[in-house]
Amino acid sequence: MRSTLKASALALTAALAASTAFAGSHSLSGDLKIFLDTSNPAPRATMEAMIARFQEQHPGLNIETTVIDREAYKTQIRNFLTADAPDVATWYAANRMRPYVEAGLFEDVSDLWAEPAIAENLASTKGAMTIDGKQWGVPYTYYQWGIYYRKDLYDQFGLSEPTNWEEMKSNCQTLLDNGVKCYTIGTKFLWTAGGWFDYLNLRTHGYDFHMEMAAGDVAWTDDRVRQTFANWRELIDMGAYVDNHQNYSWQEALPFMVNGDAAAYLMGNFAVAPLREAGLTDDQLDFYQFPAITEGVAMAEDAPTDTFHIPANANNKEAAREFLRFVVSAEEQTVINNGQNLGQLPVNASASIDDDKFLEQGFAMLSSNSPGGVAQFFDRDFPAEMAAEAMQGFQEFMVFPDNLDDILARLEQVRQRVYK
Amino acid sequence: MFPRPIQQASAPAQTAYKTMLPIALILWLLPLIAVAVFSIKPASDFTQGNYWGVPGSFEFFNNYGQVFFNSDMPRYMLNSVLITVPTVIGAVALSAMAGFALGVYKFRSNIWVFFMFVAGNFVPFQILMVPVRDLTLDLGLYNTKTGLVLFHIAFQTGFCTLFMRNFIRALPFPLIEAARVEGVAEWRIFWYVVLPLMKPALAALAVLIFTFIWNDYFWAIVLTQGPDAQPVTAGITSFNAQYRAAYHLMSAGSIVAALPPVLMFFLMQKHFIAGLTLGAVK
Amino acid sequence: MTTATLPDTDPPKRGWYKRNEIAVTPWLFLAPAILFFAVYVIIPIFQSFSISLYDWDGLGQAEYIGLANYQELMNDRAFEVSLWNNLKWLVCYLLAIPAGLFIALFLNQTVTGIRIYKSLFFFPFVLSQVVVGLVFAWFYLPNEGLLPAIVGWFGFGPVNVLGDPSWATYGIILAGLWPQTAYCMILYLTGLNAVDPEQVEAARLDGAKGWKMLWYVIIPQLKPATFIAFVVTIIGALRSFDLISIMTNGGPFGQTRVLSFYMFEKALSEYGFRMGYGAAIAVVLFLIMLVFIAYFLWSMYREEKGH
Repeated sequence: MRSTLKASALALTAALAASTAFAGSHSLSGDLKIFLDTSNPAPRATMEAMIARFQEQHPGLNIETTVIDREAYKTQIRNFLTADAPDVATWYAANRMRPYVEAGLFEDVSDLWAEPAIAENLASTKGAMTIDGKQWGVPYTYYQWGIYYRKDLYDQFGLSEPTNWEEMKSNCQTLLDNGVKCYTIGTKFLWTAGGWFDYLNLRTHGYDFHMEMAAGDVAWTDDRVRQTFANWRELIDMGAYVDNHQNYSWQEALPFMVNGDAAAYLMGNFAVAPLREAGLTDDQLDFYQFPAITEGVAMAEDAPTDTFHIPANANNKEAAREFLRFVVSAEEQTVINNGQNLGQLPVNASASIDDDKFLEQGFAMLSSNSPGGVAQFFDRDFPAEMAAEAMQGFQEFMVFPDNLDDILARLEQVRQRVYK
Repeated sequence: MFPRPIQQASAPAQTAYKTMLPIALILWLLPLIAVAVFSIKPASDFTQGNYWGVPGSFEFFNNYGQVFFNSDMPRYMLNSVLITVPTVIGAVALSAMAGFALGVYKFRSNIWVFFMFVAGNFVPFQILMVPVRDLTLDLGLYNTKTGLVLFHIAFQTGFCTLFMRNFIRALPFPLIEAARVEGVAEWRIFWYVVLPLMKPALAALAVLIFTFIWNDYFWAIVLTQGPDAQPVTAGITSFNAQYRAAYHLMSAGSIVAALPPVLMFFLMQKHFIAGLTLGAVK
Repeated sequence: MTTATLPDTDPPKRGWYKRNEIAVTPWLFLAPAILFFAVYVIIPIFQSFSISLYDWDGLGQAEYIGLANYQELMNDRAFEVSLWNNLKWLVCYLLAIPAGLFIALFLNQTVTGIRIYKSLFFFPFVLSQVVVGLVFAWFYLPNEGLLPAIVGWFGFGPVNVLGDPSWATYGIILAGLWPQTAYCMILYLTGLNAVDPEQVEAARLDGAKGWKMLWYVIIPQLKPATFIAFVVTIIGALRSFDLISIMTNGGPFGQTRVLSFYMFEKALSEYGFRMGYGAAIAVVLFLIMLVFIAYFLWSMYREEKGH
C-alpha cells in the first residue's frame, strides 16, 4: 500500500509542479503576511522552512511571518481578524472556525476546493472545512490522539497494552503499587482535561452520543453523562493522575513521563517530538489506542485538523490562495508532516506518510480501527462558551471529584443559555 | 529620631542588629535570588531534579546568550524603549503645561479640572478597555507602538498633572508676579521662569513614568500583539511559551526584561524616591 | 474670568489676546492635556456605561438589551467568586501599610551601608508585576519551587499554593504585597526623616518609649505618608490584573479571578468577546472604586480649602 501511495504521490508531484510553474508565470508580488500559532520549536522550524521554500518559488513576494504563542493566539485571533488582518492565518477546523465564518471574517475558498488537485486529494477533510455548503480554509495537518506510554516501564512491570477498561485499570494499579503514576497531565490550560472527557465519553457511550452532547441535545445532568464521569472517577480515586496537574501546562507535564514518574500520557501525536527531544528513544516510547470501555460501542477517535485560512480583510488574497495551494500540495504535505518536522499525518491523499512508527500506527488506527467516527476535539466540537465552562469543570472534577453534582448543575445552566 | 539610634544601644544589641540586616535582606529577596540562581544553571540540572543544589555548571553566558541572540527578546526590548521614551516625553510635556496652568492661575473651574485629572488617574483600566480598544482600532493604530504611546500619554497625564501642579504650587509665587510686572508674556514666564525651577520635578517624573510604562502589561496585551509592537512585558510570555519548562532560560529572560527599570532606579535613585514620596511629608 | 476685563477701556490697538492673556493662557496650556485626557479617559468611561447595556461581540451589530447584562451578573457564580476575591485583595493588601512601617522602622538607622540596604529593600517595587508574578510562581512550584523545598526541610508535607483553590488567591496577594510593602516602606522612611526630633525628645523625657511612643507621637506625625500609602494600596489592590494573569490565569477552575481579570476574560479572551457583559463587570468595578475616589477627592478638597 505504501508503495502505491508513493507512486501516485510522485505522479501528482509532477503534475503539481507543472501547475505551480504555470501559476508562477504571472508572478506574485507585494506583501504576504502570515500569522502562525506553531510556537513550539519543532513546528515553528517546520513552518519557517516551508515558507522559505514558498519564498524561493516566488522571489517577488515580500513574506512576513509572525509566530504567536499558541495559547495567546487563541485570544488574539479575533483581534487581528478584525483589526490588523494578515493574509494567511492558522486555525482549527469544524465548530472552532464557526464564529469567524459567521462573522464574515474568513474568506470563502470554495473556488480552491473546486480545483481538481484539491478536490481529489483532500476529499476526506472537506467535511471538516465546510460550513453552509462552502469551504473556509484548507487543512495542513491532522493527528491522532491516543495513549503514549513508556514501553520500558510497562515491560519492567510485566504489563502489556490494555484493550479494555479492566485491563487499563489493573495495569494502572500495578504501576501505582510500584510508585509510578499511570498518567501524566497538565490541566492549567484546561483543554488536556477535555481530551480525557472526549475519550471516556466516546468509549462509554459512543460517537453519536458525544456529538449529540456537542449539539446541545443532552443535559449535563443526564444519567448517561454521569456514567462517563463515574468511569473517570474510578481513575481519579485510584490516584492515576500526577499530583498538582492544575499547575502545569501540557509541556510542563512532560518531564514526569521522561523521568519515569508517570507511565503514560493521553495526548495528540505532537507530544512525540518533545518526548524524543527530551531523550526518550523509540524503544522506550510506544503508542496504543484508548481501550474500549462499554462493550459493543464502536471505537471512535479524536483527530484534530489544523488549518490555514485567508482572513476576509486580507490584502493579498491572490498570493494567499497560492500559498494555500502550496501548503496542501502532496509534496509539501509529505515534507512538513514527516517525523523530523511536524510528525503528523498529511491531509493530501497522494502524500506519503513518513516511515515513523507513531504515524503509521496512527494512520492505521484512523483509517481502519475507528468505525464509530472521527471527532475533532472537545473544544472544537463543542461551542466555544460551552467548551470553556465545561473544561474548567473537568479540571475541578479532577481535583475535587466530590463537587460533581455542583459542576454538572452549573454546566447545565450554561448549556441552556448557550444553545438557547 | 525614632527609633532610638542603634549606636546608643549596648554592644551586643548593635552586633545583633548588624547581623540581622543581611539576613533580613536575604529573606526579603529570596524569591529573586532563587530566580537568579536558576538563570545560571544548566538545563540538565532541571531534568535531573537538581533544582536547589549547587549548579551543575556555570551557564551564565550560554543562558543569557540564548536570550539575546536566539529569541525575539531584543526586539521586544527595543519596542519597550520605543514605547516608553516617547510616552515619557509626551506625558511630562503635557503635564508640565497643565500643571503650570493649574498651579499658577486662579480661575473658577481650576479645582474641578484638577480633580478631573486626579480622579481619572484612579479609575480601573477595565472601564476604559473596550472603548479605548475600539478607538485605537478606528484610528488604524491597533498593534502599533503609536497607539500604545498615545494612550499612555493620555492616561499618565492624570498622575503627572497632579504631581506637577502640587510642585508648582510650592514654588515662590512672587517670582512670577515680578516677571508679570516686568511685562513678560505668560508663555515666556512658563519657559524662562517656571520651567527651570521645575527641573527636579521633571527628572523625578521622567524616571517614574519610565518605570510605570516599561512595566505596563495590561495595555500591552489589549492594544498590541506579536513582536512587531509588543513591549517586553508581553513578549516575555511568548518567550516563556517558546521555552516552556526550560526554567533556566525563562529565568534569564525575566531578569533581562526587568533590568532597564532596575538600572534606571539605581542610577536615578534620588529623583525616583523624591517623585514617589512627594506629599508623604508636609 | 472675562468679567474682570469688562470695564477694560484700553485703546483697541491692544489685541484681544493681550487683553485676555491672564484668562486665556491657562486654557491654552491646559488644552492638549484636557483633549488627550478627555478622549482616552473621560469619554471612554461613559462609553463603557453605554456598552454595558448592549449585547455585543465586538464584531457584528450591538443589540440593546437594557439591564440584562447586570441581571445575568446577579446569577453568575464566577462573578460572585471574583467579587469575594476582590474583597480579600482589599483587606489583605492593606497589610502592606503596617509591614512597610515595620521595615521602615527597622531600617531607619545610620549604620554603614544602610543606604544600600534601603535601596535593595525597595527595589522589588521597580520590577514589573509580570516579573514579580513569574518569580513567585516559580517560588511556589510544587516540585521545583523553593518554597516547597524549604517547607520540606522543616519536615512539613508538600504544599501547592497556586494549585489549591483555597490558598491560591492568598499566594498571589502575597506576591503583590512584596513590591507594595516596599513602596509603603519608602513612604514611611521619608516620613520618619521628617519627624520632629524635638517632639520625640520631649516625649522621651516624659517617659514615653517603644509602642507608646510609636502610637502617640510618631504615627500621628506620619499621617501624610499613611494617607498616600492607603491611596496607592487601595488602587493597587483593585488593579490586580497582571499577577493573576501571569501566575494562575484565573485558575484553578476560576477560583483566583477578580473583577478586573474576569472582565478581561469575558471581553477579550479565547472563548469570550462579550463586550457588553465585560463592560458591565467593569462598571461594577468602577463603582466600587468610585467610593474610594470620592473619599480621596474629599480629603484633598478639605486640605485645599484648609490652605
